[in-house]
Amino acid sequence: MTQIGQPISRLEGKLKVTGAAKYSGEYKVPNLLYGYVVSSAITKGKIIKIHTESAEKIKGVVKIFTHLNRPGKAWFDMQYADMDAPPGASFRPLHNDEIKFNGQPIALVVAETFEAAREGASMIKVDYQETKFQTDLHSNLAAARDAKKGMATLLKPPPPKPTGDFEKAYAESDFKASGEFIHSTEHHNPMELFTTTTLYDGKGKLTIYDKTQGTINCQLYVGNVFGLHFKNVRVVSPFVGGAFGSGLRPQYQLFLSVMAALDLKRHVRVTLDRSQMFSFGHRPQTIQHTRFGATQEGKITALNHTSVAETSQFEDYTENVTNWSSMMYPADNTLFEQKLVSLDVNSPMDMRAPGGSTGLHAIEATMDEISYKLNIDPLELRLINYSTFNNAEKKPYSSKELKACYLQGAEKFGWYKRSPQPRSMSRGQKLVGYGMATGIWDAMQLPARAEAIITKDGKLHVKSAVTDIGVGTLTVMTQIAADEFGLNMEDVLFFYGDSKLPFAPIQGGSFTTATVGTAIVFASKALKKKLLKIAKTSNEAFKKAEIEEVTFKNGMMIYKDCSISFLEIINTNKDKPIRTTNFGYPHALKLRKYARAVHSASFVEVEVDQELGTIKVTRALTAVAAGRIINPKTARSQVLGGMVWSISKALMEETIMDAQLGKYINQSFAEYHIPVHADINELDVLFVQEDDKIINELGIKGVGEVGLVAMPPAIANAIYHATGKRINRFPIHFDELMES
Amino acid sequence: METESFTKTHQATTVTPRTITLSINGQQHALTILPYVSLLDALREYLDLTGTKKGCDHGQCGACTVICDGKRIISCLTLAVMKEGAKITTIEGINHPIQQAFIDHDAFQCGYCTPGQICSAIGLLEEGKVKSREEVKDSMSGNLCRCGANQQIIDAIMQVKGGDNE
Ligand code: FES
Ligand code: FES
Repeated sequence: MTQIGQPISRLEGKLKVTGAAKYSGEYKVPNLLYGYVVSSAITKGKIIKIHTESAEKIKGVVKIFTHLNRPGKAWFDMQYADMDAPPGASFRPLHNDEIKFNGQPIALVVAETFEAAREGASMIKVDYQETKFQTDLHSNLAAARDAKKGMATLLKPPPPKPTGDFEKAYAESDFKASGEFIHSTEHHNPMELFTTTTLYDGKGKLTIYDKTQGTINCQLYVGNVFGLHFKNVRVVSPFVGGAFGSGLRPQYQLFLSVMAALDLKRHVRVTLDRSQMFSFGHRPQTIQHTRFGATQEGKITALNHTSVAETSQFEDYTENVTNWSSMMYPADNTLFEQKLVSLDVNSPMDMRAPGGSTGLHAIEATMDEISYKLNIDPLELRLINYSTFNNAEKKPYSSKELKACYLQGAEKFGWYKRSPQPRSMSRGQKLVGYGMATGIWDAMQLPARAEAIITKDGKLHVKSAVTDIGVGTLTVMTQIAADEFGLNMEDVLFFYGDSKLPFAPIQGGSFTTATVGTAIVFASKALKKKLLKIAKTSNEAFKKAEIEEVTFKNGMMIYKDCSISFLEIINTNKDKPIRTTNFGYPHALKLRKYARAVHSASFVEVEVDQELGTIKVTRALTAVAAGRIINPKTARSQVLGGMVWSISKALMEETIMDAQLGKYINQSFAEYHIPVHADINELDVLFVQEDDKIINELGIKGVGEVGLVAMPPAIANAIYHATGKRINRFPIHFDELMES
Repeated sequence: METESFTKTHQATTVTPRTITLSINGQQHALTILPYVSLLDALREYLDLTGTKKGCDHGQCGACTVICDGKRIISCLTLAVMKEGAKITTIEGINHPIQQAFIDHDAFQCGYCTPGQICSAIGLLEEGKVKSREEVKDSMSGNLCRCGANQQIIDAIMQVKGGDNE
């Protein structure tokens, strides 16, 4: 039986349901010190004085770090840049007296107990000199400008160049639709608080348990910033309590914990509190405009999509908001634009489906609008404009089974029961609406290394520094490795979440399975060759065997009617394990001719209370074409998670900025609304068959983001169908539905 | 004059530690702690029972749910000193079919909310008040899951609870 394709339960499941899984703040460490962060109460200006005397008197307080006494010398901007740093100068904690954003860390109280550190932090008073700041996007649109380019822009190319003559084509088009789309700031808010436990091992050596999506990223960051040899820095992160992008960059608790550990020569743990979880990266507030033109028949001829998003004053964070429509709909006349406005906030950062979940709302709501104007079923409109060619890149897709998503999804959902007119369906007091939308996400792959080993007892070990932030990486990589050698799951061990292991990039962008999976395949191939070579030295029967002619099954290498067990091969190898480390990389040449993307279609039913305006997503289905699904169970959960996030994005979550204070005012789980169990009704996921022989060895595309691109607009479209009201501001508040 | 107010706060909190005994998972644990140490911090930082999670420390997420005298409680809003003599069960002391049901239904991703969800679910089952799936959802809504495993969590609970899944 092959392991790929099996709905195997998470291998770490037992550890998670018994409380045995250790997250970064949970390692038992003797003589541990606790750090508590003091955050700036102002938005912009200077620190005049930090009064630490009272805090210092508290029993157990060991040291209070501020910009005045922070140790260290590596204070060049460049050294703070991590793998995911946007163009600009990365934030340097406790660097000087300057305040750049509200909630900026300005001191660290280190104490023998958590209670003393917290109490100390609460007693620190700060005198500030406040200066004028800007945190409101809407009143600063005049400052919109192009983004700077840099390393990080390689993965995020600017929107495609204009084609044809958009203005002319739009003016002449039979049908037009346009809209302004406003999205609030969002914060990742994983359930686990950001925590780093730094173990000071003596002689400048550190073992760091960090909450991160990239062990090697953090290792390099710590090495660069503190001038340590990389070999002396080990970052370990086997369990991560959610991240959703927030762990793609080293966060300031890592810096503070390492700084204090090096200075005090002690083990130090720094944990942020929930309100401090709103003080670093976030999804930027964004304003978008669309103008789409179509013919009588529903052919889209003109596409215009622009966006303005906030960034900080020190980095140009960009995400691709306006790149998507011409990847989906082949119009000849296009015009796209993306601008930034620098505000006095911390830098935004990638948050699940960055850019896509923002842009697709505008695109798919505008498409919906066109369908009503033309009196064409929204699904039919997508089919009229269907193409397996990516017009933005002028290349065919390596595979695109979106049509199957549309058709199978519609069938299973019962889309055809929809009556076309808005406000035409009801259930008792409630208006009922159906909406649908398309989703797309890049199918990326990066280079990575992996090690494969046949151990002394004939088992397979596979190693990568990659993390598993809850997406199922451990299980899926074990499945991939098992199939390479025809083994059972029990005979394979995957080692991960440790910077000591072979290089893996940060875990994000839905590229991990393709990236690390391919590296495992490459390493396995090399290991098989090595096994054969060794077998040949002891076993006559294998002398003539070519690697293509041998197969592997249940710990045996088989050639014609002969077989040799791994144990025998190990025996030949003087009982030493046999290992290979290899690079896995995308087939650049072969891929150059193709565009690559994962696709989806979401179908949503909502109920809207006629009197109260309350909105309920009663059921939803997302059909996904993501190439080969390694594990339908964990992949389904990934998509379901994205669907819950879709409900959250469309109807609930937003970080509210008080522009008078320059401060987010709902920094807690009580006021930052995310769905609770009662908000979630019937959710369904469908994976359609998609065989992609081009994309990579395994035909994998990734499912981390695709659950969160189609469904938010599908919800907005369903609300329009139910009520006849199109609300383009996310999250949609029920009071907006009540306004006439 | 500001310094004065600091001194006051400072004095107000110079209380002395107490030695208490907590009964956790059938074991007696003696510990000396300040009276304002939460039960959650006592478990995690003083007793190395880190299965109970901290998601907010403000009673808003449910990650810190434990079972105390048969009832689910929020341990971050409970002072450890209040629970002398009580029978506390944390995830480390649980052996219940709901755990396998969570694995089978893939009712977690990162797993960080999971101990709280499981304790809450056991509390709910023992309370025996809720019947329908809708009621279970309502009664579990104090336990957030940011990974969005909500549907699978409720599926797992309904399977163990038995009865009508409508
Ligand atoms: S940690 Fe107790 S409710 Fe969140
Ligand atoms: S499983 Fe991650 S928060 Fe629930």
